Amino acid sequence: MNLRTLRTGTRAPVHFVHQRTVRRFSVLATVLAILVTRAAAQSPELRWGGDAEGGAPYVEADPNDTTRVVGFEVEIAQLLAAGLGRVPRFSQAGFTTLDGSVTRGDFDIAMSGIEDSPARRSRLAVTLPYYQFREVLTVREADAARFRSLADLHGRRVATLGATLAYELLAKAQADNGLVPITYEDDVHPYSDLALGRVDAVLLDDVLAERRVRQNPGLVNQSSEVGVGYYVGILAPGNAALRDRMNEILLQAMRDGRLEAIFRRWNMWNDDQQRLYARLTGGQPAADERSESSAASPGPWESVRRYLPALLRAALITLGLSCLAMALAIALGAVIASGRVYGRGPVRMVLTAWVEIVRGTPLLLQLFVIYYGLATVVQLPAFLAAFIGLGLNYAAYESEIYRGALEAVPSGQLDAARTLGFSERQTLLLIRAPQAFRLALPPMTNDFVALLKDSSLVSVITVVELTKQTSILAANIGSWVVPGAVCAALYLMLSLPIAHAARRLEQGWSKKPA
Amino acid sequence: MNAIDVAGLHVRRGARSVVHDASFSADRGEIVAMMGASGSGKTTVLRVIAGLDPIAGGSIAIGDVHVDASRPLGGEMRRLLHRRVGMVFQFHHLFAHLTALHNVWLAPVHVLHHAREAAETRARELLNQLGVGHRVDALPHELSGGEAQRVAIARALAVGPPVLLMDEPTASLDPERRGELASTLRQLAGGGTTLIVATHDQDFVEACSCRVLRMEAGRVVS
Repeated sequence: MNLRTLRTGTRAPVHFVHQRTVRRFSVLATVLAILVTRAAAQSPELRWGGDAEGGAPYVEADPNDTTRVVGFEVEIAQLLAAGLGRVPRFSQAGFTTLDGSVTRGDFDIAMSGIEDSPARRSRLAVTLPYYQFREVLTVREADAARFRSLADLHGRRVATLGATLAYELLAKAQADNGLVPITYEDDVHPYSDLALGRVDAVLLDDVLAERRVRQNPGLVNQSSEVGVGYYVGILAPGNAALRDRMNEILLQAMRDGRLEAIFRRWNMWNDDQQRLYARLTGGQPAADERSESSAASPGPWESVRRYLPALLRAALITLGLSCLAMALAIALGAVIASGRVYGRGPVRMVLTAWVEIVRGTPLLLQLFVIYYGLATVVQLPAFLAAFIGLGLNYAAYESEIYRGALEAVPSGQLDAARTLGFSERQTLLLIRAPQAFRLALPPMTNDFVALLKDSSLVSVITVVELTKQTSILAANIGSWVVPGAVCAALYLMLSLPIAHAARRLEQGWSKKPA
Repeated sequence: MNAIDVAGLHVRRGARSVVHDASFSADRGEIVAMMGASGSGKTTVLRVIAGLDPIAGGSIAIGDVHVDASRPLGGEMRRLLHRRVGMVFQFHHLFAHLTALHNVWLAPVHVLHHAREAAETRARELLNQLGVGHRVDALPHELSGGEAQRVAIARALAVGPPVLLMDEPTASLDPERRGELASTLRQLAGGGTTLIVATHDQDFVEACSCRVLRMEAGRVVS
C-alpha cells in the first residue's frame, strides 16, 4: 500500500480496508493452494507460462521464497485455475519464446504482460484483455519542456523493449520523424541509461514507466497520448474451447470485482480499467477509439519485404562490428602472443592469466560489465562497448592461435635467420610471423565466422544487429520460419565469401607466393 | 694469419659435456673436413662457432671476433660474428615461405642494407654460378635436395662471410652431385673463403682434397 493509492479517489480508506482484507484472503488462498497442490496431486493442473525475469508487477520470484512467483498475473492464473477447478502450476519461459512455447503445448496459457495484436489473434487463441495500458514517454526532468511527444525527438535515441507495441510505434516514428529506436532486453536498463544520458527518452507501458520513475528521481513521465494496448493471455490455436471458458471466468471476475481487487493490490487500478471492464461486460469490443493495432496483419512475406531494409542495415552492423572487432582481436592477439613467446617470466605470467580469465568467463558477462558495469566510471557508446567487448574476448583466442603457430615454426628456420645476421625482431617480422600466419589462417577464418555469429550477443547492450532485428521481425509476424530463413541466408552471405577468400589465399601460398 | 682459431673448446648440453677440449685452426682459403661418427660432436662444434649454441669453455677467434665463455654473445658481438661466419645446414632450412631468389637476397637487403635491385642481381648471379639459375622462382618445397643445397649455399654466400660452415652437405646428394659440390667448394676456397665441412663421406673428402680433422666422442683426435 502506498500513498499514491491513498490519495487517489474519495473512497481510498475503504479500499484500504478492502485491500488488506483481500490481501489476507489471498495469502490464505495461496497457502491453501500450496497445501492442496501437495495433498491432492491428482487434481488436474492449469499449466501456465510467464517470464519471471520481466519482474514486478507481472511475474517475479517471491523475495521471501525464491522458489515461488508473485505478481498480478500469478493471481490471475490462480483466479482462472480456481474457476476451472484446477491447480495452477507456473513454468518459466523467456518472454520472446512464450508464443512458441504455448503453441508447442509446453503450457496451457501464457500471461506475462503479453500484448494483444492482430498477429497474435491470427495465430493463437487470445483471451479477453484483462488490462489496458498506455504507452508513456519518459524523459529526464531537465528535458521535460522540450521532449513532450515523439515528434519532438527528431534524431534522438529513444529506448524501449524489443518486439512490443512501443517498438512498433517507435519504428513508425523513425520513418515519420527520424528518431532512433534503441531496443533493450529488459525494462530496467532503458531507464538507468536514460538517467545516465545514453538515451533521451523511453517509451514503455505505464505500468513499467510509473514504477521506474518512482525509482529514478531525475525522470518524469509525459502525459501526451502515444498509444494504448491490452494485456491478454494466449493459448494454442486448438485451445479455443478452453479460451472461451477462461473468458467467462474473466468476465465474471470483472463483474464481481475480483480482477479490480487484484489490480488494486498491485497499485495498477485506474479509470481505464473501469471503462474497459464496462465495455467488455457490456458485450462491446475492448477498443473504444481507433485502435493502434487494428490494421490488417500483413503476410509473412509482406512483413519481410517491409523489414528487409532494416534487416540489411542490421546485417551491415553485424559485418562492420565483426570486422572491426576481428581487427582489434588480431592486433591485440599478436601482441599478447609475442609477449608470451618472447617476454620475460612476469610478462608471460600476466598475459597467461589475462588470457585464461577472458577465455574462462562468458562473453555475455564481459559485455554487461563493459557497458553497464563501467557506466558509472565511463559511459561507452553501445557500439564502441560491443567492439571492445568482442575484440578483447576474441584477442584471447587469437593470441592462443598465434602462440601455437609461432611455436610451430621449425627452429631450423630461426637458426638459419640468426646465422644470416637477422636481429630477433627481423627474424620475427620477416620469417617467423609470415610462416606462423600461414599456419594460423585456417583457425583464424574459423574464429572470424564464429565471431560473426557471436556478435549477436551484443543485442544485450542495445546494439541492433542481424539476429536482434530478426527476432523483432519474428515477434512482429509471430513466426520464426520466414525471418529465420532470411536471417540464415544473410549470415551465410556474410560468412561464405570470407571462407572462400581464406581458402583462395591458402591455395595461393601452396603454389606461388604473391 | 689463421682465418679461424678454435682453442680448448668445451660445450655442455645441460649437465653433460658434449665437446671437450677441441682445438683446431684453418687458413684463409682452406677446406677442412671434420669427420667422425654420428654423435661425435661435429654438428655441435659448427653450431657453437656459428653462435647458435653457447660456449662453456675455451675460445674461438675468427678474424677480429673473439668469443669465449667469459663473454656471452651479446647483440653487437653476435652481429659481428654473423658477418664473419656463414652456415649451410644439413636440412638447408630455406625460408619456407619465400622463393629461392628471395631466400638469397633477403639478408643482403635487411642485414647489409644493400639496395634491393643490386641484391637481387647479385642473388641471380650466385644462383647461376651454382647451377640453379633456372629455379629462382621455385618455393623451397618444390626444389630437389641438390637444388635446395645449392640455394642454401648461395644464401650463405650472399652476405659474403670469410668462413663458411657446412653440415653434412652431401647427405641429400647422389654421387654425381657430390662431385659437382666438391668442385664448387674448391672454387670457393680458391676465391679465399675458408670452409669447415662436417661430413662422414670419405669419397667427398677425397674429391675436394681437403685437410681432415677426426672427431671422436667430443674430442678432436687428429
